[in-house]
Amino acid sequence: MQAPLLQVFDLRRHFPVHNAFGLRTGTIKALDDVSFAVQHGETFGLVGESGCGKTTLGKTLVGIYKPTAGRIVFETTDISGLRGAARGPVVQRLQYIHQDPGSALDPRWTIGRSLDEPLATHTGLSRSERASRSREILAAVGLLPAHLDLYPHELSGGQQRRVGLARILMLRPRLVILDEPTSGLDVSVQATVLKLLRELQQAFDLTYIFISHDLSVVRITCDRIAVMYLGRIVEIAPAHQLFAGPLHPYARSLFSAIPRIGGKRVTDTFALEGEPPDAANLPSGCRFRARCPLAAPVCAEHEPLLTQFGDKHAAACHFAGKLEGART
Amino acid sequence: MAHVLLRLARDRSALLGLILVVLVVLAAVLAPVISTHPEAVWDMNPANRLKPPSGEWLLGTDRMGADIYSRVIYGARITLLIAFVAVGTSLLIGVPIGLWAGWNDFWIGEALMRISDVFLAVPQIVLAIAIAQTLGPSIENVILALSVTYWPWFARLVYAEVRVLKNETFIEAAIALGVPQWRIVMQHVLPNVASPIIVRTSIGMGFTILTAASLGFLGLGAPPPAPEWGRMISESREFLPEAWWYALAPGLAIFAVVMGFNLLGDGLRDVLDPRLRRAHDR
Amino acid sequence: MTASMLLEVCDLRISFATESGVSRVLDGVNLSIGRGRIMGLVGESGCGKTTLARAVLGILAPNATIEGGAIRFDGQDLLSMPRHLLQRDVKGRRIAFVPQDPYGAFNPLFRIGAQIMELMKWKSPRRQQGERGLGTLLTSYPRARRRADRQAALALLEEVQIPDPERALRKLPGEFSGGQRQRLMITMALLTAPDLIIADEPTTALDVTVQAQILKLLKSLAKDRGVSVLLTTHDLGTAYEICDDITVMYAGQEMETAPVAEFFANPHHPYTASLLESLPDPTREMQEIGGEVPSLLSPPTGCRFHPRCRHASAQCSTARPSVSGDRRMVRCFHPQPPRQEGCS
Repeated sequence: MQAPLLQVFDLRRHFPVHNAFGLRTGTIKALDDVSFAVQHGETFGLVGESGCGKTTLGKTLVGIYKPTAGRIVFETTDISGLRGAARGPVVQRLQYIHQDPGSALDPRWTIGRSLDEPLATHTGLSRSERASRSREILAAVGLLPAHLDLYPHELSGGQQRRVGLARILMLRPRLVILDEPTSGLDVSVQATVLKLLRELQQAFDLTYIFISHDLSVVRITCDRIAVMYLGRIVEIAPAHQLFAGPLHPYARSLFSAIPRIGGKRVTDTFALEGEPPDAANLPSGCRFRARCPLAAPVCAEHEPLLTQFGDKHAAACHFAGKLEGART
Repeated sequence: MAHVLLRLARDRSALLGLILVVLVVLAAVLAPVISTHPEAVWDMNPANRLKPPSGEWLLGTDRMGADIYSRVIYGARITLLIAFVAVGTSLLIGVPIGLWAGWNDFWIGEALMRISDVFLAVPQIVLAIAIAQTLGPSIENVILALSVTYWPWFARLVYAEVRVLKNETFIEAAIALGVPQWRIVMQHVLPNVASPIIVRTSIGMGFTILTAASLGFLGLGAPPPAPEWGRMISESREFLPEAWWYALAPGLAIFAVVMGFNLLGDGLRDVLDPRLRRAHDR
Repeated sequence: MTASMLLEVCDLRISFATESGVSRVLDGVNLSIGRGRIMGLVGESGCGKTTLARAVLGILAPNATIEGGAIRFDGQDLLSMPRHLLQRDVKGRRIAFVPQDPYGAFNPLFRIGAQIMELMKWKSPRRQQGERGLGTLLTSYPRARRRADRQAALALLEEVQIPDPERALRKLPGEFSGGQRQRLMITMALLTAPDLIIADEPTTALDVTVQAQILKLLKSLAKDRGVSVLLTTHDLGTAYEICDDITVMYAGQEMETAPVAEFFANPHHPYTASLLESLPDPTREMQEIGGEVPSLLSPPTGCRFHPRCRHASAQCSTARPSVSGDRRMVRCFHPQPPRQEGCS
């Protein structure tokens, strides 16, 4: 068994909260003791609702945020503390794509120049070598060399997205973090984007971390999925296992809220009330206990840790698996 | 660039502004060619003093007998020299300060902005008078006074724009890509704040010329017999209203060039900003 | 079109004047909503569903021109009704609006109690004809009615599960979460006792669990009161959840209308079928629809979907079949699977 491509140990990212006078009044624990590993070649999904920390996790992995604590090990190198110039060699192999890759392009730069920038910054390739690689990658995402001289606003939204993807691929990364790649897209466009991502994964031997709040998309694209709630991973399992039988009560509620066309209407029976608590003011013990149908006194005293249930399935709950009536 | 000029041409007032500015610049450059009495600009010829406009002296003569038309033409050189150097210096001081303060989060940046607030709070002309008065009347001192009082406008403008730009996705993407910070600032941030800078430069030219003329009017500019427009107007005061031509020519010249730069600046703002917005909106 | 329909949109044509030309946003759209029914208006971005919703509400942008058609609400054509009557009786009163962005719909500086009572002052169902005053500031708000309105507001806030309604009235909009703000919008929509609620993508900005709560709430409140709902959404799952009937639009034309179960189980229009096929489904491969959405500045003639349609024929580029049927309607020369009446 190969060593994992990426390993995260007890990662924390806390944001201080200041009041109007600049005094520190609290902390937002956007990421709290997050640990997981990603294998080479897989598509690892990170799901959760707003405020769960999945975007913060993506940005911390890629160096936009510095971890407050914990370690990130990428290809056997500890990259946790590296920022800026020191990240140089790492950057090439660990990339991040925003929700709208087109907006990652400088509107005043031609496409060709935007594609050239990663190579000019990191590699010592000559201009002709860079140009030929630009054309090669451009073709891989389905665009023409003629597009190199255009500006972003002269392309359609879909084409801009492809250019954004191409830019990331210029450095031939090994691990790509996709942050909400299908959010806000029409269903038909979504299908096109997902197909393109899959083709690129095969062509370039990529490993994906797929961050999304759209569970139906994650279900068909990811191999393994981690469910997050308020800064913690509450359950990790292979996709089909997770959807067949979620163990954590939050995961169960989350999945039961997805509309299933052709099946029973979820709004007839949906039962989760309330909303996540204030992130700066977390309850003691388990973060979900205020809304959990299984909450018991032990939940307020001890925060449950991720425990293994079976070979690949882990959940963080004192009563994991105790809810009756598994939904498919 | 070409499409900017094309769009500018469609806006009539901006076109007028452009024409006025070009005319003044041409006048300054071609002064020896188009003035009627180039040699008499600096001369004193009391026999010809205060003659009304005629075929020989297109705009009449002043109290020294010099041809006003030629003096106005040569005066354009002085005016434009002052304006270009003063605004140019303000640019060179203000833009880097604004960039640095806007990009970094050190307290020094904030402090610099507060200092520039002080400069902005005091009317530029009062400040310029104080400085020029202290240093004595000369073209160099006028330029110095104007540069010192105008750089905060650029600094503030650039600071605000950089602050906004810092949160743009493409800047974040460049950071994630590992591009060194200085490169991001020079190659991504600066070109994107170029438009507001250009607009402010054009308007600043008009503003500066007006202030320079005011300083000249007060006797703080270039000493006589330099054909400085403000000073000419000042001289004409004791001869009004009989020698009406004396104040009219330099006054119209100031009016034309300031109006020209302002119209041009407004036109540029309309042309450059919406295009930028549309490019962003995609 | 039967007289028992609450809302009937007939052959509505709307265009927008833009810098790049005239954009034909709606091309002869027909829609009918029965009393007490929830109609889902489904389509991808640019299909015109929001324009249609806004046309019914009378809040189109200034550069919009209504080129033809009628919007009949309870028998009366809204497009030819005098403005002051529309303002007084229909807008915000018999037709209410729940917008997509609940935060933008509130004034962030005023407490919600004040905003709700402001609404009640003008649009309360208890308002009498005789109450007139001079302009907005000088019209009085009779105390008795004010008390009754306030009671109604508190009662409804409880029904939508806003905790502690009395205290809630004194809060600012920013103090509520996104889901709660949407509940407040629903409250304000229902307080005027409308006949029709137009909900424009009401849950798009919300998390999936909150979305389920809000949809459940909207449906139960509407059904209890017999209020019709026009719900626009690009998410077919949302439409499946609470709608009785569904109309799908594409590039400014309505393509198919059907009761919800039939719509999903047995779509007739090729576009509907393609749309359903491109939904993520673990049991099969996702299908793309080739091509791109056409520009509305120079849209395809006839059926606007024909350039991307597998079953298109020459006929499709010149004309469209007219509306047929009431609850079930397909505007296509080649409906799938072919039915006896539909073939040509």
